[in-house]
Amino acid sequence: MHARLTTLALACAMTAPALASAAGGPLKIGILTDMSGVYAGVGGKGSVIAAEMAAADFGGKVLGRPIQIVFADHQNKADIGVGKAREWFDTQGVAMINDLTNSGVGIAVQRLGTEKKRVTINNGAGSTALTNKECGPYGVHYAYDTYALAKGTATALMKQGQGSWFFLQADYAFGQSLQNDAANIVTAMGGKVLGTVKHPLSTTDFSSYLLQAQNSGARVVGLANAGGDFVNAVKQAKEFGLKQTLVGLLVFDTDVKALGLATAQGMKFTTAYSWELNPEMEAFGKKFFAKAGFMPNMTQAGVYSSTMHYLNSVKAAGTDEADAVMKKMRAMPINDFFAKKGVIRADGRMVHDMYLVEVIKPSESKGPWDQLKLVATISGDTAFKPLSASECPLIKK
Amino acid sequence: MDISLSSVLSQIMLGLNNGAFYALLSLGLAVIFGMLNVVNFAHGAFYMLGAFVALIGLDYLPRLLGSEAFGLGFWPALVVAPVLVGLIGVAVEKTMLRRLYQVDHLYGLLLTFGLALIFEGVFTNYFNVAGEPYGGKPPILDGAVNLGFMFFPRYRLFSIALSLAVCLAVWFVIERTRLGSYLRAGTENPDVARAFGIDVPMLRSLTYFLGVALAGLAGVVAAPIYSVSPKMGADLIIVVFAVVVIGGMGSIMGAILTGLALGLIEGTVKVFYPPLANTVIFIVMALVLLWRPTGLFGKEI
Repeated sequence: MHARLTTLALACAMTAPALASAAGGPLKIGILTDMSGVYAGVGGKGSVIAAEMAAADFGGKVLGRPIQIVFADHQNKADIGVGKAREWFDTQGVAMINDLTNSGVGIAVQRLGTEKKRVTINNGAGSTALTNKECGPYGVHYAYDTYALAKGTATALMKQGQGSWFFLQADYAFGQSLQNDAANIVTAMGGKVLGTVKHPLSTTDFSSYLLQAQNSGARVVGLANAGGDFVNAVKQAKEFGLKQTLVGLLVFDTDVKALGLATAQGMKFTTAYSWELNPEMEAFGKKFFAKAGFMPNMTQAGVYSSTMHYLNSVKAAGTDEADAVMKKMRAMPINDFFAKKGVIRADGRMVHDMYLVEVIKPSESKGPWDQLKLVATISGDTAFKPLSASECPLIKK
Repeated sequence: MDISLSSVLSQIMLGLNNGAFYALLSLGLAVIFGMLNVVNFAHGAFYMLGAFVALIGLDYLPRLLGSEAFGLGFWPALVVAPVLVGLIGVAVEKTMLRRLYQVDHLYGLLLTFGLALIFEGVFTNYFNVAGEPYGGKPPILDGAVNLGFMFFPRYRLFSIALSLAVCLAVWFVIERTRLGSYLRAGTENPDVARAFGIDVPMLRSLTYFLGVALAGLAGVVAAPIYSVSPKMGADLIIVVFAVVVIGGMGSIMGAILTGLALGLIEGTVKVFYPPLANTVIFIVMALVLLWRPTGLFGKEI
């Protein structure tokens, strides 16, 4: 029902004449995401639901204008994503675009945002380029990035003395970024990287790559991939009896669900959100579950939190003009279930605590979504790449 | 990278495993094209359906009926899933495909492609896109066998044996038995076949049933290795089409031998230059088509 309403809303949005952001018309927020592809579980329908929940919880109106959520499928293609974003900005009067699962699309749309002076918020994309060389004055990188994921997980394993690594890397920008960030931490802490094998995106059979990892003699096999690739790699590693410690560098709750606890138990990974971490997160998770039928992951929770923060900033600024809104977004700390004293830095990075979690044993689980326990909280100032190391041109003195 | 004999042998084993799997999948496609002249783009979707029948039978059915006793185990699923998927195929053939035999194959291709999108869309709506685990692998196939140069999972040995046995059986039925000769007669010259009292429409349904059931069977075999996801068919279908094109559209033996050979080539490339692994099949395809436009085992035009 909800999805149908949104579709209807989108259809209306597409046929209605351009209202631009003129006062009186609705304030439009666009969710540009992967609705059908390999990352549809990362963002997708769940992100649309999260944004709609934020709009409803905000009261449905801001500055006397109704809030309207529109969405589109970028199909993991930068050209399609940018085309849609351009149409939204130029003719539909969309004020802000959120989600942007897939780094390739996220970077391209953030560039467009700089050109068009509109706020873009990356939640699902992981590449740290968004707040480094590619940073923009209206771009926010909200939920997580590859640096924070690699930092949390690799540091924890290095502390346990697991110092020799072999990487399986998805062969594109995101895998590259994740592998680099993890390898840097391993070598900086005195460990060794014995090798990396790159595999194409959406590989079904990992057995050959896993044998290479096995033959490398490394103690840890780091998986710098995501979604279906991660799930298949782990399943097949178990099948071939890999003795090494398997580490997922980007893992979503949905991936753990796909693996099953029997296979995933004992795995440690870093996340920005999980419904099980504290009562506030749980309350949001349950509310979301009632609407969606599944628990939210860190992208979807991030979409809710960032949409709410954006709406609060619009209200505080008294306008949806991007410069004024960004000023408020940076000035006002974020205090909700997702982040405590979260801050958006000059390079666009939203700094907040991250969590190191471990997958529990099947015997410890009390229900279908009970699958993680907290190992450690990583405070925001150590989780993310420090501003002093950011290569963002906006902060060059 | 140091390349030892044992690592090459291991990769060849894995290549053989993938090859047997490609052969099983492309066999159904070759049967359907060879006999019905239909480019069955829905093949990947039927493969996915096979895996989902196994998963739903194992996990969802007992929950729905409230008793573990109703669970569909792996062995029965090997029979039930192909039959069920085959019957869905028959329904598609009887209501839709049948109307397109008289027109260009392009219409069949578009119809089956559309069906594939619908099946995937429906399953994406109800199931986890990342996939769900299938826990039905029989305990007897757990563990691994020591081959001297590697530990090879017992389940994979089983899947190689099963795929090869099924491929040979299908080849035998079509090329060497009376039923096979009816099938071929019914499609090569339907009017004459009809004159001899053969029920041609029934044979066509039977052929489509067989082809689609093979895809369903491959789905059940794949379920314990890969996670069962709505996307699993879409990821494989292009490779499987390449196998059939290289082997020669419609050639049964061509599909089996090419499937095996490509699995081996792909496995070897993964040792020496991994990034090329997914592309090598298409390079082979381009070279073969330059040399023999109808494929290795295809009939000359």
